[in-house]
Amino acid sequence: MLEVSGITQIFGGVTALEAVSFSIAQGDITGVIGPNGAGKTTLFNIITGIYRQTSGTVQLEGRDVSGYPPEKLARLAMVRTFQNIELFSGMTVLENVMVGMHTKSTSGLLACALKMPWSISEERRIRSAAMKWLEFTDMVAYADTVAGNLPFGKGRLLEIARALAVEPRIMLMDEPAAGLNSQETVALAKLIKQIRDLGVTVVLVEHDMELVMDICDRIVVLNLGRKLAEGTPREIQESHEVIAAYLGDGD
Amino acid sequence: MRRDLLFFSGFSLLVMLAPQLFKGGYLMNVLVFVGINTMLAIALNLLLGYAGQISLGHAGFFGLGAYLSGILTTTANLNPWLAMPLAAIIVGCLAGTIGFPILKLKGHYLAMATLGLGIIIYIVFNETIELTGGPSGLSGIPNLKLAGISFDSDVKNYYLIWGMALAVMLFSINLANSRVGRALRAVHDSEVAAQVLGVNARLLKVQIFALSAVISSLAGSLYAHTMTFISPTSFGFNFSIELLTMVVIGGLGSIYGSFLGAALLTLLPEFLRGANDYDIIIYGGLLVVMVMFMPGGMVRGIPAAFRKVVRRKEVRDHA
Ligand SMILES: Nc1ncnc2c1ncn2[C@@H]1O[C@H](COP(=O)(O)OP(=O)(O)OP(=O)(O)O)[C@@H](O)[C@H]1O
Ligand SMILES: [Mg+2]
Repeated sequence: MLEVSGITQIFGGVTALEAVSFSIAQGDITGVIGPNGAGKTTLFNIITGIYRQTSGTVQLEGRDVSGYPPEKLARLAMVRTFQNIELFSGMTVLENVMVGMHTKSTSGLLACALKMPWSISEERRIRSAAMKWLEFTDMVAYADTVAGNLPFGKGRLLEIARALAVEPRIMLMDEPAAGLNSQETVALAKLIKQIRDLGVTVVLVEHDMELVMDICDRIVVLNLGRKLAEGTPREIQESHEVIAAYLGDGD
Repeated sequence: MRRDLLFFSGFSLLVMLAPQLFKGGYLMNVLVFVGINTMLAIALNLLLGYAGQISLGHAGFFGLGAYLSGILTTTANLNPWLAMPLAAIIVGCLAGTIGFPILKLKGHYLAMATLGLGIIIYIVFNETIELTGGPSGLSGIPNLKLAGISFDSDVKNYYLIWGMALAVMLFSINLANSRVGRALRAVHDSEVAAQVLGVNARLLKVQIFALSAVISSLAGSLYAHTMTFISPTSFGFNFSIELLTMVVIGGLGSIYGSFLGAALLTLLPEFLRGANDYDIIIYGGLLVVMVMFMPGGMVRGIPAAFRKVVRRKEVRDHA
């Protein structure tokens, strides 16, 4: 499904990632873990086309997508959420999700402004699909709330609903549980499994080890920009290197 | 959606009845300018309020529309109805071409680049004397004619300009509430999230910049054909700033806000005429106070103030 090989990213003098390679199988939930500053978000930014890597390649479903801009990757059914939530804060929750339908609709500027019949029926389709994703994420009650006024946990859910509207085949989530209470985290775990059951391959950066060990099929561990280990949750929990890195005497 | 349409119909009705209320007269001439400025403010608002991209050079596009229409109908003897769309197409292509490189810039840098663009256009109006008449202006621009009626009086011009202004309003309201309008607002709120969801932010910004220029150009053409005389001073940096003020005072990201802003900034100087030397101080002071107390613009500030008064009255009535 997704294959990263030899990814290196250098920011000025800082090597944020160094020769990171791994591959992700279709239908898996893969966790990417590692201490703060390990390079997890940087890796996501490269995979989703926000940064251009110093070297290395990203392959999506067998196609080399290195250097593709994010909007092009969205059309190839890859989408992501952000560690620091990026909502369209001035728009309603429903409108936020409707933006997620952008690649699934075609009406141009003039067709929209002149209310051509096909743009009207498309608008109806966009709205009902967006409502469906609000139901899926249990956010219907907030449909008309302005996104900027949402409680934090609901904001995270909205980002997920909005990403789902793209109908992704692969979805990358950067710390979706950060800032959630324990109840919300349990619900999130269930939701992520439901997303996987839709046939979406999930890649997850997360610090909440309980969540990661519970839902992930495989785990990739990064430390100081390098891949430290890779394996099933059980293998990772038993790995001496990983334990050492987390206890802080990895140097 | 239904309510939007009802509101727009009511607004249009008021606009169409206004000449009956004012019985022609001097005010009609000012209201013609309100119509032109409403179109211009909406054009800038689509760019600034919706897409979040600033322009300090919009008077330049307004002027290009006016001059192209003027030159095409005088020197080239073209029919004004043909000159108007032709000018708009030329300006749209120009803005699209320039938009590609300059819309890569953000914030202050974009402000500087568009400021420069406006100034260059202004200089061209002044310097290409054979074409534009230079500082002394271009005169003898024909009025528009439709089915034997020549738009040569204030009342007729009022209907012409406001017909167009209402069309621009409806066009923009529809756009704002559509897939494209949502993508614009999304780019404004979080460009990176919009891109991740499949919005080509770069292309969209250029598109809206070009559309904004086209609407400004149409307003310019209408201006030229109603005034029949144009000169560079109407299209300078000052006017770009005035347009920006209309958009901000009226309310960013609101089409009716642009009307309110255009109406206030066009009517205010007329009302302040009696105040002689103090007019500019009152004008400036009022703008400062309004920005302070209505940071969301008139379109949000006035209803909020109204609600506050009603609530206070209710409290008093209960006491
Ligand atoms: N745009 C950038 N410019 C310069 N340095 C950067 C940039 N982005 C990330 N870095 C650096 O790269 C390293 C990895 O950062 P990154 O955000 O990827 O870590 P992370 O694993 O996501 O950490 P956290 O768990 O805190 O989110 C850090 O040292 C960071 O300072
Ligand atoms: Mg991170």
